Amino acid sequence: MTHSISLTVNGARRDLQLDDPRVTLLDLLRERLQLTGTKKGCDRGQCGACTILVDGRRINACLALAISHDGADILTIEGIARGDQLHPVQAAFIAHDGFQCGFCTPGQIMSAIGMMREAQAGDDPERIRECISGNLCRCGAYAGIVDAVLEVQTSEANQRRSA
Amino acid sequence: MKPFDYVRPASIAEAVAAAAQPGAAYLAAGTNLLDLMKGGVSRPDRLVDVTHLKGLDRIEHLADGSLRIGALVRNADLAHDTAFAKAYPAVAEALLSGASAQLRNAATLGGNLLQRTRCAYFYDPASRCNRREAGSGCDANGGENRLHAVLGWSEGCIATHPSDFCIPLVALDAIVEIEGKGGRRELPLDELHRLPGPTPERETALEPGDLIVAVRLPASARDFAGHARYLKVRERTSYAFAVVSAAAALKIENGTIGHARLALGGVAAKPWRARAAEAALKGASPETSAFREAAQAALADAKPSGDNAFKIELARRIVVRALTLAATGTPARIPALPASPFASGALHA
Ligand SMILES: Cc1cc2nc3c(=O)[nH]c(=O)nc-3n(C[C@H](O)[C@H](O)[C@H](O)COP(=O)(O)OP(=O)(O)OC[C@H]3O[C@@H](n4cnc5c(N)ncnc54)[C@H](O)[C@@H]3O)c2cc1C
Ligand code: SF4
Ligand code: FES
Ligand code: FES
Repeated sequence: MTHSISLTVNGARRDLQLDDPRVTLLDLLRERLQLTGTKKGCDRGQCGACTILVDGRRINACLALAISHDGADILTIEGIARGDQLHPVQAAFIAHDGFQCGFCTPGQIMSAIGMMREAQAGDDPERIRECISGNLCRCGAYAGIVDAVLEVQTSEANQRRSA
Repeated sequence: MKPFDYVRPASIAEAVAAAAQPGAAYLAAGTNLLDLMKGGVSRPDRLVDVTHLKGLDRIEHLADGSLRIGALVRNADLAHDTAFAKAYPAVAEALLSGASAQLRNAATLGGNLLQRTRCAYFYDPASRCNRREAGSGCDANGGENRLHAVLGWSEGCIATHPSDFCIPLVALDAIVEIEGKGGRRELPLDELHRLPGPTPERETALEPGDLIVAVRLPASARDFAGHARYLKVRERTSYAFAVVSAAAALKIENGTIGHARLALGGVAAKPWRARAAEAALKGASPETSAFREAAQAALADAKPSGDNAFKIELARRIVVRALTLAATGTPARIPALPASPFASGALHA
């Protein structure tokens, strides 16, 4: 049986036919929509490489069935820059050397953006570490990642204070 | 993953009817079920997706002072509800110590209650496992079993229940609301999960089609808000299942313990309520000697199921530490590393 679903992906509406309900959001993005920025690491919820925002919240795309997310608003790594202007988290990752081989970086960046929206961590490095611990990097760029998040969190907090 | 049919029921009654058919399983966020399906451990013919059902995602404060949490409330949303965290701090701390932020954002409370054991042999279809396949044997018995049960296990199964959320819930007398073929019924959470005995494949008291619709915390659960902690020891500081955990809640009146609640995680096939320890604490003054006595009582029936004798002593120490932290008082804010003994301040509290 074919199922029709409709998603908003990086601001554009996508109407899709699924002839098999087994497809995950991760496989749909990578194989049907050619959005290969979202990475497949473990495929089992353990590494965070597949992190995307669904209705504004970060989740693991590998453990989410696409068919169950009919109507969802999805943001991936491809959708965060404004033209040539990088998202502040992207820029901070570059400035602080937050990636090495780069494989897990899209998930780390999406997770950092999600974390800021959740507003749980503030500028406490220990909280930032816990909040981003769902992303495991085998190259071990953790220190740079925490610095990058801290910089953006702090500059956004300063902007809010002066606004 | 084996092919399956997908159905999205429009009402609870439709969901129950669809899930009562042989081979059917409820799908909530899928963070446990899809994982098991990818590994060939669960092989349902039909998924009944309940995530679109209306009205099951509410947190309701009832007139009798109890709290009703819909089964589709997400773990993160409950933990981040400030009124909830204030009234039931140990539950919020347990929620925030489980999995990762991504998983907590997706995972539902109903799914958390019914997540399956993390026994590695259960996860590996090439191994023998009585829980996965009744009567096939248990490769954990005599295998890698450092992390297996020390309480309530049987020769047939030595697995533990993995949920953090359930541990403070069972200590606080939570009740599960269930909708089934025969209508609505209630069950104390303590009776939801079964010990393995001779039938480890029967994990819960649920019948085919039974849908968990809500969890309720009675009004009395709030009495412990000032002295409640969850403590979890794991092999890394965050994002790992408990080796051993404890939820401790005290009601301290005029310098003595009026009521105590204690439950342990990572030690048995169900969230383990330690009633003998609670009785030992009642009327005692909140001091280390009383906590040590309670820890002895909590683990009095414990025995190793393999290479895990260390867990018994570890559990005793976690009980003493959790009770000590609870007696000191609930912190104003949940620590940066929830439930971790290494969180700032916790070690020296
Ligand atoms: C890498 C990783 C680490 C994790 N770490 C932890 C941890 O440290 N602590 C912890 O507690 N948990 C942990 N979890 C488990 C996680 O909390 C559970 O996967 C989650 O709570 C399950 O919720 P869900 O909505 O995704 O359920 P699903 O996966 O959709 O369902 C789980 C089971 O419950 C059944 N079900 C779901 N909802 C209902 C309902 N309303 N009524 C009847 N049956 C229902 C399903 O049929 C299925 O059998 C971890 C998971 C992963 C992948
Ligand atoms: S301990 Fe239980 S779950 Fe693990 S292999 Fe044995 S029977 Fe299966
Ligand atoms: S690929 Fe999804 S968490 Fe690893
Ligand atoms: S940068 Fe290589 S795995 Fe993270």
